[in-house]
Amino acid sequence: MKHIVILGAGTAGTMMANHLKHELNLHEWDISIIDERKEHHYQPGYLFLPFDIYSPEDIIKSITEFIPKGVNFINESIDKVVAEKNTVLLTNGTAIPYDILIIATGAKIAPEETTGMKGPEWHRSVFDFYTFEGALALRNKLRDWTGGNLVVHITEMPIKCPVAPLEFAFLADSYFKHKNMRDKVNITFVTPLSGAFTKPKSTEALQHLLDEKHISIVSDFAIQEVDNENKKIIDYSGKEVPFDVLVTVPTNKGDAVMERSGLGDELNYVPTNRATLQSKEHENIFVIGDASNIPASKAGSVAHFEAEILTENILHYIKGEPLKEEFDGHANCFIETGNGKALLIDFNYTHEPVEGTFPFPGVGPLRLLKESRMNHMGKLAFRWIYWNMLLKGTHIPFVSATMQEAGKHFD
Amino acid sequence: METQLANTTVDVNEEGYLTNFAQWTPAVAEAIANSLNITLTPRHWEVIKYLQNEYKNDSPLSIRKIGKSGVVDIKEFYQLFPNAPLKAATKIAGIPKPASCI
Repeated sequence: MKHIVILGAGTAGTMMANHLKHELNLHEWDISIIDERKEHHYQPGYLFLPFDIYSPEDIIKSITEFIPKGVNFINESIDKVVAEKNTVLLTNGTAIPYDILIIATGAKIAPEETTGMKGPEWHRSVFDFYTFEGALALRNKLRDWTGGNLVVHITEMPIKCPVAPLEFAFLADSYFKHKNMRDKVNITFVTPLSGAFTKPKSTEALQHLLDEKHISIVSDFAIQEVDNENKKIIDYSGKEVPFDVLVTVPTNKGDAVMERSGLGDELNYVPTNRATLQSKEHENIFVIGDASNIPASKAGSVAHFEAEILTENILHYIKGEPLKEEFDGHANCFIETGNGKALLIDFNYTHEPVEGTFPFPGVGPLRLLKESRMNHMGKLAFRWIYWNMLLKGTHIPFVSATMQEAGKHFD
Repeated sequence: METQLANTTVDVNEEGYLTNFAQWTPAVAEAIANSLNITLTPRHWEVIKYLQNEYKNDSPLSIRKIGKSGVVDIKEFYQLFPNAPLKAATKIAGIPKPASCI
């Protein structure tokens, strides 16, 4: 028997287990998936938890519920990969040999990378919302907060779901309006980039949202430290932004397993061919989702499109055929804008998000890069799609793995 | 859109960043630097070469990463390219400024 091993049973790893179980000849192949966690979290739900829109039960399910029968689930922590010996070592000392390895170990926050971020104010007035613990602590803080300076901050790129911090600012505006205390809260969005929007079409279509919601922007802010005592963030040029509540997105990094294995770059992301998803170093290692260094968004939709293409490529690899250079960086994301509305964007490596209709050219029913209630319903429905279709590797009807150009206004 | 830099025609976007790296030359870099009131020294060139190399490897750029690169520390990076150093340095290097998806 040959052995294919998947590291990580998050969004990407679970989808691959489901795809491979259907596509591989199980008389020839054993499939194993390794993850130390007991729970599977719907990560997009972390955005809604601080505002009491979702509760913890909406976000958390058992990790085993989504791993198909016939796939061997190893509920242990990983020490490292020894690629030269085609072996994964577990922390408990077990060695697991593989013929093909799929790395799906994701990305996580690393607040310790910034001076003072994980200081005495961590989860007291300095919060993240990229972990369940952070989002929950923030919910509890906001429930009885009486107002002041709310600062939403990005430490450095790349981060998971690059739009989430902006969505957080939009939802905060909406949340405080509903609590009749919007006049008591200043919302400031602080970014290392040149603005809240960095692409021409998005800037044109969306800049008005910031004015309407009275969100002020501090751009080109390269954080040096969080000053816990005086409650301000300071950048390398000496700029300071005071806060009463700081909601930060810390530096994101790939899993430390990649560092221990010598497979990661300086942020622990695995160098990967952006079109085939094969590792650049080892031909029997493939990388999917946030764990890779490809210049696509770190988002569940990207992992979903990658999974369809990676499954085909693994079948090609097994047959000794050339891999398809097909992945185009396709991403498709709903963006909450508050007050029951949302945007939808669809883009890839070479095409920025533009206006248009989706998924049917000229018809819709969803409108791209425009606020609508329909898009918001799409975002909420997506949680059901995630649990019931996406993780199971079911193809989403009418949405192709590569980006479609029809129906879009590229001018 | 097209513009004239150092007596050659180059394609740039609305913010003056080159859209075709093949059109970049050291003379074009000098011209962009001039417009930003920066005079290029050998230290600037070392940083520019590093940034271009990272760009070719699809590697995302951040101030922190540049500070850890061993090429330049963050203090000197701000001295070489004042105010918003990443924006200025990428523009001179002929590569896109770091961007989000929207």
